[in-house]
Amino acid sequence: MSGLDNIGVKVVNPLPIQEDGLSGNADAILHEIVALLEAFTATGQTGAIDLHSLPLTPDDYELLRATLADGEVHAQINAIGNTEVRETLYPGVWWVTYYNVEGDIVADLLEITAIPEILKAPADDIREGLVHLRELLTQLEQP
Amino acid sequence: MNEPDTLGASLARTGISRRSFLKFCTAMASLMALPPSAAYAMADALNRAQRQSVIWLSFQECTGCVESLTRSFDPTLEQLIFEMISLDYQETLQAASGEAAESAREQAMKASYGKYLLIVDGSIPTKDGGVYSTVAGVSNHDLLVEAARGAAAIVAVGTCSSFGGIPHANPNPTGAVSVADLIRDKPIMNVPGCPPIPSVIAGVLAYFVTYGKLPELDHLGRPKVFFADTIHDRCYRRPFYEQGKFAKTFDDEGARNGWCLYELGCKGPTTYNACATIKWNGGVSFPIESGHGCLGCSEPDFWDKGSFYKPLAVPLADNTPTITAAALGGAAVGTVAAVISRTHQTHIGEEK
Repeated sequence: MSGLDNIGVKVVNPLPIQEDGLSGNADAILHEIVALLEAFTATGQTGAIDLHSLPLTPDDYELLRATLADGEVHAQINAIGNTEVRETLYPGVWWVTYYNVEGDIVADLLEITAIPEILKAPADDIREGLVHLRELLTQLEQP
Repeated sequence: MNEPDTLGASLARTGISRRSFLKFCTAMASLMALPPSAAYAMADALNRAQRQSVIWLSFQECTGCVESLTRSFDPTLEQLIFEMISLDYQETLQAASGEAAESAREQAMKASYGKYLLIVDGSIPTKDGGVYSTVAGVSNHDLLVEAARGAAAIVAVGTCSSFGGIPHANPNPTGAVSVADLIRDKPIMNVPGCPPIPSVIAGVLAYFVTYGKLPELDHLGRPKVFFADTIHDRCYRRPFYEQGKFAKTFDDEGARNGWCLYELGCKGPTTYNACATIKWNGGVSFPIESGHGCLGCSEPDFWDKGSFYKPLAVPLADNTPTITAAALGGAAVGTVAAVISRTHQTHIGEEK
């Protein structure tokens, strides 16, 4: 044996890939987005698609990225690892990717809503923050 | 200030924001293939919930199950489960010992009688009055029966407590049995594996704390969200099986090309678990990806089913290809496809 490099490694992708590298699932997701946007505009019903819920090839992923593209908002949330919140070119369609501390994706969602829940400051956190700020001021004002 | 003892408030005190918490719930919902909206419901319910009292009893075991959970590779997310429960008794992790430890258990059992979750790892010896494993002079059998009486539900973590495991293996010198062999009048969930996958343990605990009940179980008491498919169903080497390409030895051309390990004794076709999708060590790989067949460690009597290197004798029942075919064709968007593709997707994203 002359080292591990001589051992052949082949990565197998079990998705039936067409010649263009697509599985058809990206197209299905885009149509689902249209349906969810229609529901949101009609009734205010928010929606979400878990991108881990069906298999996507690298080209499927690229197609989604390219079609949805970047919109006006890009936010980062630093809470036990990073969370990327991007509005797409289509207002109300958000691409939210959750990472753990090591940088692995733990959840990848498309959300159809005016503003993703994770961006909003939770009411309880606001109340607790107020308490802390008051305490701080009290301490500072003491002689 | 908030009510002092809600989960949300106690998390906030330890510096965990509600956003972090929502993120945990989102990751857990995605892992269990729950609809994305479940994450908000989960976060909302948990935020207002009390910490779930948990009593963890260890019997004839090797502590590998505790190691699996506490050394999970995703500590900040998966170990959040420890913030969500009040682990009132766990021999390995608690600081107290001796009389103090036992009295902590008795107090917790009394305070949360009828409400606590009982986790058990290890099998229970029944031969010779159960003398082969005792804690503070009390046999495992008596301890289990007493603790089960006040439990809302029991989670058997690991193959030993689920099915008897290695202590139960022939000739079973201690008369080891599973939890379900002894307790009949409580809801019992089996989370087998030697050890179980840490995310699976964390996921089912999060489910119980959220919904106050166990998730849907299969005929062996295992949560369907994680044990619905065999390793073989979800194996990335599956296409080679279909093509009839098998490794014949561990160093032949087929092995180097990553062909199917069926003829080398892989128990993937008869083993229900989530290794092929969630994988191990933070999603790095699982045994088959490292070139070794599945031992079938999460199945009953896996130790007594002949050599790990002898091919499965029975021809495979042809009941599984439909799932794979449908999922791969993109036709199934339901939960079946969801679990597999979750990690699959992460994987694709990382491929260079």
